[in-house]
Amino acid sequence: MPVYSEKVMDHFMNPRNVGEIENPDGVGEEGNPVCGDMMTFYIKVADGRLADVKYKTFGCGAAIAVASIVSEMGKGKTLEEVRNITPTMVANELGGLPKNKFHCSNLGAQALNNAIDDYLRKQGKEVKSREVTNHDEEEE
Amino acid sequence: MKSAYLDNQATTPLLPEVLETMLPFFKESFGNAQSLHDWGDAPREALEDARAEVAKLIGGRPEEIIFTASGTEANNFALKGLAQAHQSKGKHVVISAIEHFSVLHSARTLEKWGFEVTLVPVDGYALVDPKDVASAMRKETILVSVMHANGEVGTIQPVAEIAKIVTAAGALFHTDAVATAGTIPIDVAELGVDALSMAANQFYGPKGAGALWLRKGTRIIPLLDGGVQEGGRRAGTENLPAIVGMGKAAEIAKRDIQSRMAKLVGLRDMLLHRLPAAIDHVLVTGHPTQRLPGHASFCIEFIEGESMLMLLSSKGIAASSGSTCTSRALKASHVLTAMGLPAEIVQGSLLFTFGQQITEGDVGYLVEVLPPIVDRLRQMSPLYADFLKGRR
Repeated sequence: MPVYSEKVMDHFMNPRNVGEIENPDGVGEEGNPVCGDMMTFYIKVADGRLADVKYKTFGCGAAIAVASIVSEMGKGKTLEEVRNITPTMVANELGGLPKNKFHCSNLGAQALNNAIDDYLRKQGKEVKSREVTNHDEEEE
Repeated sequence: MKSAYLDNQATTPLLPEVLETMLPFFKESFGNAQSLHDWGDAPREALEDARAEVAKLIGGRPEEIIFTASGTEANNFALKGLAQAHQSKGKHVVISAIEHFSVLHSARTLEKWGFEVTLVPVDGYALVDPKDVASAMRKETILVSVMHANGEVGTIQPVAEIAKIVTAAGALFHTDAVATAGTIPIDVAELGVDALSMAANQFYGPKGAGALWLRKGTRIIPLLDGGVQEGGRRAGTENLPAIVGMGKAAEIAKRDIQSRMAKLVGLRDMLLHRLPAAIDHVLVTGHPTQRLPGHASFCIEFIEGESMLMLLSSKGIAASSGSTCTSRALKASHVLTAMGLPAEIVQGSLLFTFGQQITEGDVGYLVEVLPPIVDRLRQMSPLYADFLKGRR
């Protein structure tokens, strides 16, 4: 099996917050089955914070673990705080990801961001789609 | 915990009796087979005995066997060595789209060397149509390589039919028989091929031993220059323990091939029937009947291979997949893609390959363990949710 950290294995074997939210305030999708991984995040927003986060994911062990940890990282945070979650933060929170799986951490952060964009648009706000990147650029 | 090694296509285990025949060549019979003093005698005799056994396995002559370090080396040797030796006749090579990387990438190297390569397509069962080979042939075609059977989907190719076409057109025909040699009966005369690759670790022999059978009188340029080993066609001190092991494994394979096949076909057909009955939306990949005896491959819809492999592994089951995420290079299986399967289906690829150590109980255990794994991953899958809502 790929060499995953203990924390990745834990989140893969016991993913937190899996599922869909009925009547979500925002939905964000990222990835596609062609590249191998795909995530859909559902959010509920209350008082400018993520009151609830759920997701569905299609993909490898890393993708499932990323979706799970991102849901934990986002829950209870303000929208601005969630915007600041970078792929590196996600990977670090998981105790690291194998080099060729690092891109999975982008998917999670991006999908959650897309859900916030969707929420803001539904609020009638003008939102420019943004790409989640590392402040410290691509890690090698 | 129960465990079942259902990945014999990656490698079979070494038979204990094969290991026993190898051990003296690590110890007292350590000599160099090329030495003229007494220490060279036992290794030299053992080398020639092994050559005879490997030749017998495929109906060839001992002097037509060139030992290599792997099936990959045999394939590299055939492609590069034959193309180089015959390039004065033309610089066109034909291979199928589903060849092993050792053939595919060798062909790419040939392109860099100025050869032209044509890829012949396959159908939905991964079968090569001999007519497509015929229409790919040109006046300047010198070499055609089509594998005997594909390790990923198990499909056995109509090699004899293809060989006739190639020979009539005046080109050489090589087949990668790594997945079949020692597993199903092979007779090079019946197949009508000029060169054939094999690997010992596919039939309960050791890793580090392979061979190219090359029809007597066929010119080839060596990959390795050096001494006179293997008739000057493969220089380097012979890996005696591995070669001796390959010889013993070939002898046993030849003796037991029918009973081994009967056992594997039973297990295979059991799984091919029981898995699609236990899980919805499962596709059997490869040909339903023209397939390797111990080979059952599937695509499980709406979920991805690596996560299935990880959950199977947590239940002690070893399997394999052609999904994007399982490959280190993050590329979906070129075999499943060439068969025309859509990308999201390819991601759900799952492959079980049986060996002699596997029992019906192991297959039963797999059929018991896999459905809840599939169900669990589907509950998480946005593709499955969309399917249930009728959006896909």
